[in-house]
Formats: sequence, structure tokens, C-alpha cells
Amino acid sequence: MPTSTEISLGDVGARGAAYAEELPGEHMTLNVGPSHPTTHGVLRLLLELDGDRIIKCEPVIGYLHRGDEKIAENMTYNQFVPYTDRLDYLAPLANNVAYALAVEKLAKLEIPPRCQAIRVICCELARISSHLLGLGVFGMDAGAWTIFMYCFTQREKLYSLFEELTGARFTTSYTRIGGVARDMPEGWLGRVNKFCHEVIPVVDEIDKLLTRNKIFIQRTEGVGVITKEDALAYGITGANLRASGFEADLRKDNPYCGYENYDFEVPIGTRGDCYDRYLVRIEELRQSVRIVRQAIEKMPDGPWYAEGAKKIFAPPKGKILSSMEELIQNFMIVTEGPQMPPGEVYFEAENPKGALGFYIFSKGGGVPYRLHIKGPSFVSLGILPKMLPGHLLTDTTVILGSLDFVLGECDR
Amino acid sequence: MDTIVDTLKAKFPYVAPRATGDHPAVNVPAANLLEFARQLRDDHGYSMLLDLCGVDWDKETPRFGVVYQFYHAAKKTYLMVATLATDDANPAVPSLAALYPAADWHEREAYDMLGIRFTGHPNLTRILMWEGYPYYPLRKDFPLAGIETELPAADTAAATNAKVIAAPMMGGPFNAATDDQHHMSDAEPRAADQSWTEDKPKPGQRG
Repeated sequence: MPTSTEISLGDVGARGAAYAEELPGEHMTLNVGPSHPTTHGVLRLLLELDGDRIIKCEPVIGYLHRGDEKIAENMTYNQFVPYTDRLDYLAPLANNVAYALAVEKLAKLEIPPRCQAIRVICCELARISSHLLGLGVFGMDAGAWTIFMYCFTQREKLYSLFEELTGARFTTSYTRIGGVARDMPEGWLGRVNKFCHEVIPVVDEIDKLLTRNKIFIQRTEGVGVITKEDALAYGITGANLRASGFEADLRKDNPYCGYENYDFEVPIGTRGDCYDRYLVRIEELRQSVRIVRQAIEKMPDGPWYAEGAKKIFAPPKGKILSSMEELIQNFMIVTEGPQMPPGEVYFEAENPKGALGFYIFSKGGGVPYRLHIKGPSFVSLGILPKMLPGHLLTDTTVILGSLDFVLGECDR
Repeated sequence: MDTIVDTLKAKFPYVAPRATGDHPAVNVPAANLLEFARQLRDDHGYSMLLDLCGVDWDKETPRFGVVYQFYHAAKKTYLMVATLATDDANPAVPSLAALYPAADWHEREAYDMLGIRFTGHPNLTRILMWEGYPYYPLRKDFPLAGIETELPAADTAAATNAKVIAAPMMGGPFNAATDDQHHMSDAEPRAADQSWTEDKPKPGQRG
């Protein structure tokens, strides 16, 4: 006959509590980066882990610091245009335009409508290019590799368009203070229009592949939440702020380049998680295409640079070679730089990564006294110490991918 | 346009309008900055600090200043606030990091680049340059080429004898003289920073 013996385990919880000091494992410090595929550049994260859970995050930046602000203080306004390519190097055209607008605001210069429309097309194509890459690598970070290939096929077409317009695929340096480097080539607008027709089905396809993809939703929904209050307190701008449910788009709020004449909508999220940031970006792609189409349709004729600005925009080459006055004008602009009045401006443009700001203090002449660049990626990364703790280590990848930052602009 | 400036001027006796700004702009003494920013956030709705940057005013006294860009997120308007650090040798400005978390990294950058201390900042360390870097590169007396310094990694430096060397600036970047002391005939393309040429020794190696 089987006998039973009663074994008493006692109060397990109480015994556990008695050893609480000894039971938890050691915290581990994990170094991610500065050269790591998920950090999208040379970002380094010092993570303190309790098991798989992040309890502290300290981003280390500056690996790509080139001293752009020091360089800007030592060269003329036009000479700095190529340096702006290298801020957000995924959308150089948008940086060119933002910088030119900031300096033109200092000069109180009116830009003719054709130039404005060209710049709008530049900005929106840059946004499409940047968001395609942002979505592509975000998908890749979440394990959806196909998206990356789809996006890059389209970006390749954009690069060909940029090359045709500016002569370079990546480092466009297209704007000049008071205009653009040259007018659009013959038939270019038609090819942009063709691209618009081709990109929309691809955006739809990405949408179909990801938006209702269970794996993608499980990896992104509720992960990396930035509340509206946090986003404002940390100064986050652009798509990341909109995903948190705050309606803010400088193209609507403080329009520049004639954005007030275009019909488009600003998508906003509700929860501010990684999934919302994805949704906002994919809708912005469609809105950008909408803006580009309107700009093509309404493209005004006329000059593509400010003709009246004799001390700022160099005259056309033909006139320099045939007329004394234009020759002198060109010489002065090349050697001494576009002549700016004394003053102080802070100008922000709605770039793909957020609001790119330029603070310029001028004492007159062709060289800025102080030029400060506010890179939106610098700000987006600043919230990581607040946001990452509490998440699993594997979420870091997705969160970084969803923030869509670029280190060129963060480190300057 | 400048109604906010008038309102602020009426409310705070120490606020002075700043003439140069393109947005509504005010000057605030560093001593009152913290109190001013708190009221700006709580009573006037400037919920965002978009940017702040240090400025080296070179030969002026006080030499160092900080320019803040506030944003009214509901009204979508900007406000520029400038302040000056009174002590040139050890410039210090109160930190706004407790009010606006956005100030944390921006203040670290201003400290890193110009050596302006932000009193009350929770972690005022270098952010773009490495910890232990001996200079403040955005100061006007720091040469564009840079100054020769030790590598941050001591072991690598010992093994390779490598150093951070000043950039070869021969001939560039080009821009003509912009001050009054130069005649038009001097306005040839020249390097703005000529502290290192064939005739003059490298910066940091003088004497």
C-alpha cells in the first residue's frame, strides 16, 4: 500500500525575498557599435542590461564630427553649399534648399516662382528618396528583407534623375544663394512624372507587404512609444513628432518655397510607437508624390534665379564672358562671396528627418560670423536614454530603424 | 508682430528687445534666465526648445553668449532668446535641462565646442569631441587647421606613435579678405586661416 509523505515547501515567496539581495544576476554592460549594421552609421550605444532587458542606455556620438560649423565660419556662403550635402546625406537636395532659404532669409531676397517650384520638386524627391531608404532599412531591421530591395530599385531611378538635374548622384550641391545652379534639363519634368507613376504601385506593394504583416506588427506595435508630451519636451520634429499624434509640419505651419499653394495632407499617428512612425512615413511618400505632380503641372515660366540680386547671384556664363560689368560682378561674388547685410536668422525647413535648422549671425560681407546647424537626427537620438530602458535588447534594432536618423547630420 | 516681445518686456523688467533677430527676439541676463524660461514654458506656452547654440563674440565683452530658439507648438511661432555669460575666463550660464530635456544634448554641445559651462546640468561632458580633448574648437582663437594633440586611445598612440595632427591648409579654403584693413588689391583668393603655411610653423608647435 502506497504511503504518502507530506513535503512542505513552506512559503517560497518569503524565502525568495530573504535571498533577494543575492538572487538577481549581475547587470551586464553591452557595447553596440560604433560600427554595427543596426546603428545605421557610426552610432555607439552603451547599454546596461538586466538579462535581456535594457535598464540604461547611453548613446555615444561624434564619430562623424567634421567641424562643419567651424568650416562655415571660414568660407563664403556659396562655398558652404557642398558641405550641406553631407549633413543628411540621404537627402542632400533638401539640405541644399534649406540652407539656401536660410541665407536668403538673411538677405531678405525674393525668389522667383519657377525657382521655388524647382526647389519644391527637389525637396519632395529628396523626401521620397530618404523615406524609401528609411522604410527599406526599417523593414530589414524587422526581418523583412524584400522591402529593402523594392525601395532601392526605386531610389536608383531617383539617383538617375538627380544626376541629370545636378550632375551628381549623391552630393548634389544644387542650390546657390539666390537660385539654383542651373535650370532643369529638357524633358526632365516628364521623366520625374514617369517616376511618380512608377513609385506609387511600389509604395502600395510595400504597404501590402508590411502594414498587415503579423510578424511586423508584433515587432513594432507598442514598441518604442514616444508620448506627445515627451516628443515636445525633447524637441523632436518631423515624422517622429507627427507619429506621436502632434500635428506639426513646417510646410503647413510656416510655409516656405510657396508650399502654401500646394494641396497635400499631413498624416499623424495616434500612439507614437514604431508602427505609427512606419505608417506616417508610408503616407508621406504618397503625399510627396502628390506635391511633385502639382509642381510639375503648375511649373511657372520665367527666371530660375533672383535677377535683381547683383551682389548675391553670379550672372549667366555667357554674360560674364561678354560684358565687363557682369565679369566684375562674378569676380566679386566668387572671391568675396555673396554680400549679406548684418543680421541674425534662425530658419527651419521640414526635411525628411525632421526640422533642419540654421542659425546664422552675419556682421555683413560674404562670410557668416557664426553658423549653427540644428540637425533633427541629433535631437531624435537625444531621447534614446529616456526611451530605451524597459525594452528588450532585440527591440533596439526596431526602435533605431523606426527613428530614421542619419549620423552625418547628428555629428556635423 | 512683436507683441510677444512687448508682453515679455512689460512682465519682466530685465528683458530687452533684441534688434537683430528675424523672429521676435529678446536679450535676457544669465542670472534671470532660469526663471524666465520657466515662465516662458508654463505661462506663455513655449513648449519646445528647438535649438541652442553658444557664440564666441570674440573681442566683445562679455565674450561668450548663448542663443536659444523657443517654439510655441500651438501657435507655431518662434522666439529667439539670447544671453551673455558674464565671466570671460570661466563662462557659465544656467542650464535649462531640468525644464526642457531637449537642452541636455544641446548644452553639452555648446560646452564641448566653446567651453561654456551650464550650471546645474546633470551630465556636462563632451559630446562630439572625446573626453579629455584639451581645446574648445569653435572659439575664434582656435585655428581652422586644428592643433596637434594626443590620440584619445593611449594604447594605440603608444604602439603607433600616431597623433592627431593639424590639417594641411595650404591654399584653402579660399575667400577674400573681408575686413577694413585690407585694400582691394589684397582681395585675392586666400586662405582665411593662414596660421600654417610654408613660412609659419604648424599651429601648436610654436616656439
